[in-house]
Amino acid sequence: MAVKETRILLKNVDQPGYTNDIECYMKHGGYKVLQAALKRKPEDLCKEIETSGIRGRGGAGFPAGMKWKFLDRKSGKPIYLICNADESEPGTFKDRQLLYKDPHQLLEGMMIAAYATQTALSFIYIRGEMYEGARILERAIEEARAKGFLGDNIGGSGYSCDMIVHRGAGAYICGEETGLIESLEGKRAYPRIKPPYFPAVLGLYQCPTIVNNVETLCHVKHAIEMGGDAFAKIGTPGNTGTRIWSVSGHVQRPGYYEFPCAGATLGELIYDVCGGLAPGRILKAVIPGGSSSKVLKAGERYKGTFKDGTPFDWSLEDIPLDFDSFVLAGTMSGSGAVIVMDDTTDMVEATANINAFYAHESCGQCTPCREGSLWLSRVTKRMCSGDARKEDADLLKDIADQIDGRTICAHGEATAWPVQALATKFKDEFIAKAAEPKEAALSDRQGESAFRLI
Amino acid sequence: MELSPESLQRIEKLIPRYPTKRSAVLPLLHIIQEEIGYISKTSMEWVAKKLDLNPMQVYEVVTFYPMLKEEPVGRVQVKVCRTLSCALRGGYKVCETLQKELACPLNGKSEDGAFSIEFVECLASCGTAPVVMVDDVLHEEVTPDKAGDFAKELKSSSKQKA
Repeated sequence: MAVKETRILLKNVDQPGYTNDIECYMKHGGYKVLQAALKRKPEDLCKEIETSGIRGRGGAGFPAGMKWKFLDRKSGKPIYLICNADESEPGTFKDRQLLYKDPHQLLEGMMIAAYATQTALSFIYIRGEMYEGARILERAIEEARAKGFLGDNIGGSGYSCDMIVHRGAGAYICGEETGLIESLEGKRAYPRIKPPYFPAVLGLYQCPTIVNNVETLCHVKHAIEMGGDAFAKIGTPGNTGTRIWSVSGHVQRPGYYEFPCAGATLGELIYDVCGGLAPGRILKAVIPGGSSSKVLKAGERYKGTFKDGTPFDWSLEDIPLDFDSFVLAGTMSGSGAVIVMDDTTDMVEATANINAFYAHESCGQCTPCREGSLWLSRVTKRMCSGDARKEDADLLKDIADQIDGRTICAHGEATAWPVQALATKFKDEFIAKAAEPKEAALSDRQGESAFRLI
Repeated sequence: MELSPESLQRIEKLIPRYPTKRSAVLPLLHIIQEEIGYISKTSMEWVAKKLDLNPMQVYEVVTFYPMLKEEPVGRVQVKVCRTLSCALRGGYKVCETLQKELACPLNGKSEDGAFSIEFVECLASCGTAPVVMVDDVLHEEVTPDKAGDFAKELKSSSKQKA
């Protein structure tokens, strides 16, 4: 293997003999960073996080330090911290590893974040289907409480903060931070309009609130341990630290892999780390950051100039694994969920599969998303049932364009972006669908992974 | 609605942990569904009364979240992931096989009430696709060629339970 992983967050995960209880965690040096942090001024810790440049690992890549800085401290209202563990972006399974296999790392990161922001009460909003994850966290919280790392008078510092595990109930939209807040308040997860409802100002119970992803909060522990400056040296400027990439689909070794930002390329990830495709198969497309990100087509070139004026000319395989490079390639790194598709994949069916997801998960608040997502899904479903029309690609693109930018939350874009890219980049396949005889559209395809996707 | 003393105790302990009573809606509904299997109108009214809410405020939550059921489901609840990464590795085939072997329609119950099968959206385990949840346990790499045996195991373990 040409490229090597750098495991910081996953350092202990999957190591022989490593268990998810507090004794094991402490044997590996656990909670020492929290104890040291409690002796420092909260504002110093916030500064470290700002210096570290950690960007949110949930999807948007917003700098965590800046999020913390936006907290409205003048209001005198209590501050809340929420860990977003509602991992649901299709293709993403990195938080699951951190939650199930090293829960105390998250708890330590959270308590440092809580102390740094002077949080009154913290929550972990975990997706409802992770029954075992919720049990693991509940147990970890009780273990940490018994040792004085959580709850009253943490580590003898006089600072107190409790933690509640709150289970979702199967709604993707709860991963959107204001939808999550509504859900935590006991309501339907209808995302709130921003402004004025920026969580840092008017969040949970209309109080200043921080919502950070699991991976982000785990990074907080390491950033405080090594110092903001040292953390910022990992990766590249503006793309600091390591990232965990979840790889799924048509590769030989799907899994989760941690690299410093830009420490490997998409090609190295697919071919060296994940063992490439099955013998005889050819790469067709890659969804780089969860199903809401725009698809990359094999053979495409991405050309442009960096901010400093130097030009770049990349193939799909050349794209560095970080945040900004995927934006330069016209897509996004999102939650770091790479879905690989080989030449047996029917792109219309793949689009139909994705459309069905976003139609099912639209909360129904905004008309363009509610109606548009269902419309997109109906069109692609019809196409896969043998009734495709040659103008469908244009119709899909048109509907998607009407959703994009016209909704309260990013679910509108999440619905529109995949269609905008798929129906354009694979337009010939969408048109060819119309010429396909009905029986062919409905029949089982031959070949081991040539499964129908809808 | 009759809840076990353990569930009632859990509920009493849970409510005061939240800054507002309303935040306890989902946790209460989970506790009720785990014990009774679904959430009836009576249960919703009970929750509303417990949390000083209007029954409508509970009903709108129940109807929003896919995991909350208003009708009884099969004794064993099978959830097959439908989303892309699982589909690319045969999730649809797996779902078809399970329906056939367990004699259970999609999004419905088998005649004897032993099973219900549902297609659900991404279960966040795409690296071990296809995945299937049986009640609260996740089963990984349930590939199309293993689906038949997987169904047989489900059938024999459900008979032992009944």
